[in-house]
Amino acid sequence: MSYEAVIGLETHVQLKTKSKMWCGCANEFGAPPNTRVCPVCLGLPGVLPVANEEALRLTALTGLLLNCTLPSHAKFDRKNYFYPDMPKNYQITQYDKPSAINGHIDFEFGGGVARVRITRAHLEEDVGKNIHFDRTSGVDFNRAGVPLLEIVSEPEITGADMAYEYLNALKDVLIHGGVSDADMEKGMVRCDVNVSVRPVGTEALGKKIEIKNMNSFSGVRRALEYEIPRQIAVLEKGGQLTQETRRWDDAGGITETMRSKEMAHDYRYFPEPDLMPFEPTEAWLEEIRRRVVELPLAKKQRLMRQYQLPAADAQTFVWDRALGDYFEALARKAKNPKSAANWIINNLRAQLAAAGGTLAGLKFPPEYILDIVDLVESRKISSSAAQLVFAEMFSGGEAPAVIVENKGLAQVSDAGAIEAYCDQAIAAHPGPVADYKSGKAAALNFLKGQVMKLSKGKANPNLAGEILERKLK
Amino acid sequence: MLNELTIWELAGKLERREVSALEIMRACLDRIERVEGSIHSFISYDAADALEQAAAADRHLVGGTTRRQKPLLGIPIAIKDVLAVRGQPLNCGSKILGQFISPYDATVIEKLREAGAIVFGRLNMDEFAMGSSTENSSFGPTRNPWDTSRIPGGSSGGSAAAVAADECIAALGSDTGGSIRQPAALCGCVGLKPTYGRVSRYGLVAFASSLDQIGPLAKDARDAALVLGAISGHDARDSTSVEGTAPDYTAALDGRIKGLKLGLAKEYMIGGLDGEVGAAVQAAVSQYEKLGAEIVEISLPRTEFAVATYYIIATAEASANLARFDGIRYGRRVEGSDPIDLYCKTRGAGFGAEVKRRIILGAYVLSSGYYDAYYLRAQKVRTLIRRDFLNAFDKVDAIITPTSPTAAFKIGEKADDPLQMYLSDIFTISCNLAGICGLSLPCGFTASPKLPIGLQLLGKPFGEETLLRLAHAYEQITPWHNEKPPLER
Ligand SMILES: [Zn+2]
Repeated sequence: MSYEAVIGLETHVQLKTKSKMWCGCANEFGAPPNTRVCPVCLGLPGVLPVANEEALRLTALTGLLLNCTLPSHAKFDRKNYFYPDMPKNYQITQYDKPSAINGHIDFEFGGGVARVRITRAHLEEDVGKNIHFDRTSGVDFNRAGVPLLEIVSEPEITGADMAYEYLNALKDVLIHGGVSDADMEKGMVRCDVNVSVRPVGTEALGKKIEIKNMNSFSGVRRALEYEIPRQIAVLEKGGQLTQETRRWDDAGGITETMRSKEMAHDYRYFPEPDLMPFEPTEAWLEEIRRRVVELPLAKKQRLMRQYQLPAADAQTFVWDRALGDYFEALARKAKNPKSAANWIINNLRAQLAAAGGTLAGLKFPPEYILDIVDLVESRKISSSAAQLVFAEMFSGGEAPAVIVENKGLAQVSDAGAIEAYCDQAIAAHPGPVADYKSGKAAALNFLKGQVMKLSKGKANPNLAGEILERKLK
Repeated sequence: MLNELTIWELAGKLERREVSALEIMRACLDRIERVEGSIHSFISYDAADALEQAAAADRHLVGGTTRRQKPLLGIPIAIKDVLAVRGQPLNCGSKILGQFISPYDATVIEKLREAGAIVFGRLNMDEFAMGSSTENSSFGPTRNPWDTSRIPGGSSGGSAAAVAADECIAALGSDTGGSIRQPAALCGCVGLKPTYGRVSRYGLVAFASSLDQIGPLAKDARDAALVLGAISGHDARDSTSVEGTAPDYTAALDGRIKGLKLGLAKEYMIGGLDGEVGAAVQAAVSQYEKLGAEIVEISLPRTEFAVATYYIIATAEASANLARFDGIRYGRRVEGSDPIDLYCKTRGAGFGAEVKRRIILGAYVLSSGYYDAYYLRAQKVRTLIRRDFLNAFDKVDAIITPTSPTAAFKIGEKADDPLQMYLSDIFTISCNLAGICGLSLPCGFTASPKLPIGLQLLGKPFGEETLLRLAHAYEQITPWHNEKPPLER
C-alpha cells in the first residue's frame, strides 16, 4: 500500500508597524532586553489595550494579497494560558471572527503552478522571549505585544518540497506587499506544521500530528522529510499513530513527542471585553485596496508575456523590485524591451554591484540604455564596442552617441577597408589559413578575431567573415 | 470642622481665602488619626505627600486660580486601592501584589489632578473588588461608622466609610455589581456608578472589564456631580470609553423635577426586603410625587436571571483579568520547582478564598464543553436584560429601587454563606449588566440600631444628569444626607 501526506501550515508573521499592537512602544528588533516596554505591554495592573490601526490595515492588506474575503465584522478574543513570556497570561487573538478568510496563494511548483487555499489570517500579539541562564531564567518583553499575523493554510500541501515552496511564496508576497520584513533570522516568521498520512485513494484523514519549533523554512522541509516516512513506517508495521504535538530537534534531525492530546490546553477563549469589535467601513477598505500591489508570481508571468522576457530575467526583476521598476519604466519606451532587459541585468546590475552604487545615484538617464540598444541594432557599433560605450557611460554619464564619436568607435562597414584588414590577417597567420583550408572551420573565427583586432573593434564582424570566406575559397 | 464640609462649601471658602488647602488636609489627617483605629477605611496613606499637594494647591490659590478653572482645587479626595496612583502602593486589597508601587497614574487620577484635587490614601476594599462587605480584604475589614460592629458594604467599603466618617471630602470607588452604590447606602453617603464608557477605566485594576466603572462617593449630590464632571470624558487609552466631552453636571441641579416620570419595577417587590427599608423607599417615592414627579409601574421581566448572569460573566472575565498576578514580573512570589509550581504556590498564597472561588467559577464557565451552556447563554440573557431596561426607559426617566434589601449587617454574619451574600446584590447588579447608570442616596434610617438606608435611582445610558437632578431635589426637602454617624467627634 502506498501512502500520501496531508499537510497544513500555520505561519506567524510579525507585521511591519512602527509601534506595537496595543501600546506606543517601538516595534524594533535587537534592542537591549526590556528597553522597549511600558505598563501596557508588561501587563501591569490596570492597563488596557488600544488596537494599532496600521496593524489592522496591514492585516486587511494581507487578506487582499492572499485573495481573502474580509468579513464585515471581526473581533478579538482572549486565549488563556500561563507562560512566563506572556505578560497577561492571556494572548489577545482572533478566535472565531478573524479579519481575513477563504483565500488562496498560487506558486510555481513541480513545473507548473500550484494553489494552496488559505483558511484564515488573524491578528494577534507576540509574546516575550524566555532567556535561560545558568541557574535562573529571564524574560525579555521587547517582543511582547508586537503585532503578529497568523496565516493558516488548508491541509492540502502534499509534501516537504511543496511546503517549502509554499512558505517561500508566502514570504515573497508579504515582503512584496510591504506587510512584513519576514526576516527569519530575526524571528519575524515562525511556523507550525500539521501533518498526517493516509493510504493513497482514501478520503479520511489520518491522526494529526503537530510539529513545533522549526525556525527556518529548510527546517520545516527537513522536519517533514523526517516525519512523513516516520508516520508511514509506524502504519506499515501495523502500529497506531496518536494525535500529539511533536518538537523538531534541529541538531538531531528528528521529531520527538512534546505532549499528547490529553495534555492539550483548554484555552478558554472568550471575546476580549477591552476592545470593540472591528467593522471596517467602505472608505477604510478603499484605502487598503489602493495599497494592493501586483503579486510576485503574477508579475513574473506578466513580464514574460508583455516583454517576451525569459523566465530567469522576469524572476530577477520580481526579486529586485527597484531594478524591475527601472526596467519597466524604460521598457514602455523600448522597441526591443528584451535587449534592454539584457543590458540592465548583465551590465547595469553587475556594474552597480561592482561599484557599490544605487539606481538613484546613476550618472546617466535610463534612456541612454535604449540608445546603446539602437546603436547595436542599427549596426552603428559592434557589440564589443557597445560594452566599451556602456562602461564609459556608466562612469562618466556621457551620451552613447557622444562616446562613440569621441572614441571613434563607429563600426566600419566599408568593404574596401575591411578587405585590407583581411589581407593583413591572412598574410600574418599562414598556419590558421592552412588549417581552414584543410577543413577546420573554427580557424575562420580566429582570423575574424584578428581582423577585429586590427580594426580596433570597429569592423563589422559579419562583413569581415564574409570577406575572409570569399578570400580563402 | 473643615473635614465635615462638602466640596462645594470648601471650594467657596478656599476661593474667598477663608481657609487654606493645608488646613483642610490637616483636618482630614487629624480625623483619620482619631477614628481610623475604629473604622479602618484606609490600607495606607501618605500624609507627607498629601500635605505637599495641599501646599501646591495653596500656591495655585495665591496665584489666582479659580474654582471655575480647577473645580476641585485643594479638595482632599481619597482613592480606592484598585486605582493606579503613580508612586503609591497598589494592592487591590490583596496580598498578592506585595510591595508593588504603581509607576503610572490612572486616567481618573490624572483628571483629578488637573481639576486641582489632593489625591491621597489607599482605601480598603474587598480583595480585587470581589465582595459586598469589605470583609474580603486581606488587610482586615473596614467597619461601618454608624455601628462599628457592622460591615460598611463593599467592595468600596473603605471609600464609603471614609466619606461617612469625614476622613476625606470625597472618594473614588469602582462598581462592578453595586460596589459603589451598596456601601454608599450602608454608610449613608451618595454613590454614583456612571454609564459604562462614561469614565475611562485606564488604571483601574480590572475585575470584570465589561461591567467595571469608576465613580464618586460623596457627601451629597452636588459633590458627586463635581467629582463626576472632573473624571468623565473620552480617553484614547480606553477603547470602551465613549467619544465626546462630559456635560457640566452641576448645571442640572436646579431642583426642577416636575413632570419627570419615575418607574417602580414590580419585579423588585421581593420577599426578603427589610420592612424599614421598604417603608423608607416608599416614603421617598411619596416625596418625589410631592415634588411633581409622576410614578409609573414598569416591568423588568428578566430580573430573576440577573444574579446568575452576573456571576457567570463577571467571574469569566475575572478569571482572565487576574491571571497576570503570577509572581513573575511583580508582586509577591513564592518560588517553585518550575513555572507551574511557582504559579500554584504564588497564587495559592497570594489570593484569598473569595477570589479563588470566583477564578475557579470563571474558568469553569469558559471551559471547553461548558462555554455555550454558561458564558454564551449568559451573554444572551445580558442582552435581554439591557433590552428590558431600554424598554422601561421608553416610559420613564429613571427607575426607583432600594439600593440594598437590608441595612448593614454584622461583621461575620454572612461570611460563611457566599450565596446569601451574592443575593444581596439583587438591586444593583442589573445596572452593570445593562451598562446604564445608577446612584444611591440616603433616604432614612432604621430605628434601632440607627443605620442608613439607601435609595437607588437608575438612569438611561448617559442619563447621569437626570439622576443627579433627582437626588439633589430630594436632598432639598430631606435631612438624611446631613446626618453624621455617632463617632467620637
Ligand atoms: Zn509598551
